[in-house]
Amino acid sequence: MKTVNIMIVGVGGQGSLLASNLLGHLLLKEGYDVKVSEVHGMSQRGGSVVTYVRYGDKVYSPLVSEGEADYIISFEKLEAARHAPMLKLGGQIVVNTQQIDPMPVITGAATYPDGILEELKAKGIKVDAIDALSLAKKAGSVKAVNIVLMGRLSNYFPFNEEVWIKAIEETVAPKFAQMNKTAFLLGRSN
Amino acid sequence: MKQLLIGNAAVARGLYEAGVRVVSSYPGTPSTEITEFAAKYDEIYCEWAPNEKVATEVAFGASLAGARSACAMKHVGLNVAADPLFTMSYTGVRAGMLICVADDPAMHSSQNEQDSRHYAIAAKVPMLEPADSSEAYNFAKAAFELSEKYDTPVMMRMCTRIAHCQSIVDTGERDNMDLLPYEKQPEKYIMMPGYAKKKHPVVEKRTEMLTAFAENCDFNKVFIAPGSEIGIVTSGTCYQYVKEVFGDTVSVYKLGLINPMPVKSLIDFAGKVKRLIVVEELDPIIENHLRNIGLEPEGKSLFSNIGEFSQKDIKKILLDKDEEKLCADTPVPNRPPVMCPGCPHRGIYYVLAKMKLTVLGDIGCYTLGATPPLCALDSTLCMGASVSGIHGFNKARGAESEQKTVCVIGDSTFMHSGMTGLVNIAYNASDSVVIILDNSITGMTGHQQNPTTGYNIKGDPAAKVDLEKLCGALGINRVRVVDPYDLAECEKAVKEELAAREPSVIISRRPCMLLKYVKAKPALIVDADKCRSCKSCMRLGCPALSIKNGKAAIDFTQCVGCGVCEQLCAFDAIKEANTDENR
Repeated sequence: MKTVNIMIVGVGGQGSLLASNLLGHLLLKEGYDVKVSEVHGMSQRGGSVVTYVRYGDKVYSPLVSEGEADYIISFEKLEAARHAPMLKLGGQIVVNTQQIDPMPVITGAATYPDGILEELKAKGIKVDAIDALSLAKKAGSVKAVNIVLMGRLSNYFPFNEEVWIKAIEETVAPKFAQMNKTAFLLGRSN
Repeated sequence: MKQLLIGNAAVARGLYEAGVRVVSSYPGTPSTEITEFAAKYDEIYCEWAPNEKVATEVAFGASLAGARSACAMKHVGLNVAADPLFTMSYTGVRAGMLICVADDPAMHSSQNEQDSRHYAIAAKVPMLEPADSSEAYNFAKAAFELSEKYDTPVMMRMCTRIAHCQSIVDTGERDNMDLLPYEKQPEKYIMMPGYAKKKHPVVEKRTEMLTAFAENCDFNKVFIAPGSEIGIVTSGTCYQYVKEVFGDTVSVYKLGLINPMPVKSLIDFAGKVKRLIVVEELDPIIENHLRNIGLEPEGKSLFSNIGEFSQKDIKKILLDKDEEKLCADTPVPNRPPVMCPGCPHRGIYYVLAKMKLTVLGDIGCYTLGATPPLCALDSTLCMGASVSGIHGFNKARGAESEQKTVCVIGDSTFMHSGMTGLVNIAYNASDSVVIILDNSITGMTGHQQNPTTGYNIKGDPAAKVDLEKLCGALGINRVRVVDPYDLAECEKAVKEELAAREPSVIISRRPCMLLKYVKAKPALIVDADKCRSCKSCMRLGCPALSIKNGKAAIDFTQCVGCGVCEQLCAFDAIKEANTDENR
């Protein structure tokens, strides 16, 4: 099979590393060759963060380049727009509709663009937008945005629900397992 | 067992299985997790040393004592450890020793982009370079046999894309190596001129032997593509980009032993191809070697010596191919990293910026104080340079400068290499003001303990350096502690110490907001009726604060209730929420 390229993008502190660990774990269990590439350190501090997940029969590069991503999961609207050029023609964006102002917007040096997701759609990009923050709150914690988004993403993959639930149980701390399962199912069904 | 491991965890697993008994390191992105993962194995004694020089010497001592040992550091940490490195090349080892060094092409979290391969060449020690986690694991294990066979420390070069990329590793069992008996060998281990003169020829001979070994060793892999005119010499993560683009359609010489490099087998390889190309990030180390042995490769004439590559670069440069893409026309504002909501550094930086002081900075999270809107920093060079630098700055500009210049340094960085600078301030008498930003942890690298925290790498209680007493013992009479959440107190302290006609230290003390034991308070809210849109609070650069509909607004998902913005509001518009339903 051809290597599938996934990008998980968001704002440092939103929990994208847990999402990529979950995905990597699941893909390993399903028998694929997998690479998950992340960056620690400076980029975590509220900056733009990017994680690459690639799987297939044999994966060489740990990175996804411009025009190569099959899926972009964005934890924030602006980040979806920032990384849209990474998407393959015909690729799919799954995006949380949450808005987090970056520092240049906070200081007034830049403005947060209105209707950015509509603009992407108008360009012919497939955008699946979801209010993951509200669903995460419903599940019991605003921090579960990452798992809500994984739930939404799961609709695009051929793995059944049990496989995902098992991967969640094996990846998150036991005391948060139930809440995360709820978050996953809310994302998957909404 | 098959596991998905980041390269650093794979190295740790390799150390474990190789029977390593002692690991000493100083944290530094992207090397930190090597030691963090090694610390999870009870059979390995692990520690955070105050700096990389100490760590390397600890590992040397353990090797001398007959235990396999290792240390890990980032590329700039190797500068600090260079002193022991160069002479350990002469002494060699008793039990095997591995020095892991992680480069950071593209500077994801670093102040420069130096190429550690220069050090292996200069110190004349072998260097390995893995291309994925599986190789990181295997090379880490094999390094010890190489080290013991050739009587040399071995270096292993990681880079961000190997260190922080998870790929599949098939792990094995630990080989419990016995401690080798200690033998006193003065001529081997005492490097005074008489003995060192005898050792240098041994080092040169060793390089010759290692070069012969490199011709046909398992670390290097040669793949000849039948009928291909292109031959690529590469290593590490670049190998993956080459394979991604070309698969098995071009010949590839993949170097795993990056120093010393072979001669004859590379000449043979070049003879089988029409076009010889080197793909390597940063400096032309492989390319220069090929030129030195009489070959004429293309390398930096095609590829940049700046930043990191991806398959995109290979495709574009060698195949003139680009992928199609779509994007929005509206410009997307940058999202630079910022200090976290509730960060204790923000309060003291606000005061320094307000007072328009010249601030010499250092290495850590607090470098982020340089960015708008605080713009509180004037320089950042390397670990400890703020404390040494302010002394030189004040000596050059005199008393007037002493009253409007301060330096800032974190607790861990002060332990690393700030202390000696402070001794110099006391001894050579400048009336400098040193602010130690004590957040009770090594923050930037992701919360490692250090000698001021009272805990060791395992989280067990440990001796705690008393910063107040330490600064006193180093010769500073004026040492005071402030709470950076209290803006008035901070301003008063800075004013008084700047005015004092002797050196002083201000310890700005409050634990990092991200530490587990630090409990967030309920998010604050803005009373929109009271807010006059003066934007005073926006000068803090807190990511939880923004302007919505012309009024200040607080993002409840981010605010931790530190109360610093509350002190800036002249209209009492910022206050505690009545409920905490949002948390």
